[in-house]
Amino acid sequence: AGPAAAGRRAAQAQRVWATPPEGASEFEEASNLLAETPDAVTTSGSGQLTPQGHVAVAVDSGGSYGAEEEVEESDKTALLQEKQQPGFWTFGYYQSFFDVDTCQVLDRIRGSLLPRPGHNFVRHRLRNRPDLYGPFWICATLAFVLAVTGNLTLVLAQRRDPSIHYSPQFHKVTVAGITIYCYVWLVPLALWGFLQWRKRVRERVGPYTFLETVCVYGYSLFVFIPTVVLWLIPVPWLQWLFGALALALSAASLVFTLWPVVREDTRLVAAVLLSTVVLLHALLATGCKFYFFQPLPLEPLAPPPQATSLPLNLLPPPTPRSQVT
Amino acid sequence: MAKAAESSGEPGTTSPRPLMRDLKAVGKKFMHVLYPRKSNTLLRDWDLWGPLILCVTLALMLQRSSVDSEKDGGPQFAEVFVIVWFGAVTITLNSKLLGGNISFFQSLCVLGYCILPLTVAMLVCRLVLLAEQGPINFMVRLFVVIVMFTWSIVASTAFLADSQPPNRKALAIYPVFLFYFVISWMILTFTPQ
Repeated sequence: AGPAAAGRRAAQAQRVWATPPEGASEFEEASNLLAETPDAVTTSGSGQLTPQGHVAVAVDSGGSYGAEEEVEESDKTALLQEKQQPGFWTFGYYQSFFDVDTCQVLDRIRGSLLPRPGHNFVRHRLRNRPDLYGPFWICATLAFVLAVTGNLTLVLAQRRDPSIHYSPQFHKVTVAGITIYCYVWLVPLALWGFLQWRKRVRERVGPYTFLETVCVYGYSLFVFIPTVVLWLIPVPWLQWLFGALALALSAASLVFTLWPVVREDTRLVAAVLLSTVVLLHALLATGCKFYFFQPLPLEPLAPPPQATSLPLNLLPPPTPRSQVT
Repeated sequence: MAKAAESSGEPGTTSPRPLMRDLKAVGKKFMHVLYPRKSNTLLRDWDLWGPLILCVTLALMLQRSSVDSEKDGGPQFAEVFVIVWFGAVTITLNSKLLGGNISFFQSLCVLGYCILPLTVAMLVCRLVLLAEQGPINFMVRLFVVIVMFTWSIVASTAFLADSQPPNRKALAIYPVFLFYFVISWMILTFTPQ
């Protein structure tokens, strides 16, 4: 009765979007349970449906982490037989990547904002059901927010120092978009390729699929959206503080997700891989900071001769110390 | 006979009816956008003339009077065009992938027509910019753009929200919000030099 009850509770977690959520705590508990028993197989065979229509979960009595790979395979084949995976030329194939609800997307975002050492993003939040909605629209939002706030910074700076030439700088939207989308597609591709190549070294833990990696990267970029908005505050050390915080959260989310896959490998490879991931992330953050929030020239010590165009004094009068970097 | 001549619109006939009929249909849809109610007119008889007119008008008005260097300038005509149409197509694809039951062209039609309030905002902004520059000028433009932005969102939501499954409505509406936000930003930062 123990495993069955546990299984039923975990099954309720699997179907939480079909029934109204009764309480977050129940979901948390069930999700912890499901994550701790990684070799639990969820099958949707018609013969195993409980009367309430919940998915039955069968917990393996083995309990070894090494059985996970085979379990993943059988899980996938069970799903394939159930859903009859459409070919990649049909619309239904791509629809399967958008099979998420609002509450699921919000939950995944919350999961990326608060990374915890034991909780693997892919296992806990994605539950091996990656979606493309989150990464795509988070990247789009980030690109536009970067361009808009970068522009706003220029506007605010011009109010303080009218000699700065203001321009809409519309091409920056294109640059932002291309950079972010390339990052979220190419870096996971390289990472996935590398992990696949090292799969031969590690027999026990299967790597993530390409889409799961893309998903992890996409959701990890969410924390930069409020950070970029906060970068409007023209206080340099505050900007660096926010940037460092965001980078820490984001990189932590990535590292905690990759750690279970990478710890089987040799120390050297694991260390190099993780530090490369963090370094690339830091490069993206600082690159964006410098490109979109360009350091502006020092303010002139003498007031400019024609300071009459903007009589509004929303901002404090210019002092030599207040520069925008 | 007259009916056939009216509906065919071939060069041999002498009736200008199809053009007037289309113009009237476009005008009627403009009215529906300005006073959004839950009606099916926009969805049932979709057409893309209205969106095309609006998009061209908006792109033309966003051109600056002087020729700036490429790097410094505002959006070029082609950029506005691409953003509007590419954005509308992306939102439509997104809505269909999430399981909405609206057809591709119906969705494009709705999104295109709902740019009308923002085009009106652009007109107003251009007129306001003829007066002297200053903070009041900016506040007026900001207010107009915000009001029209809200109007666009409300209008398009009234038409699009029903076609989505209930637990995914927010997922489908958010890209619409982003789309009109970007267009509003382009309108607000427009400065003729």
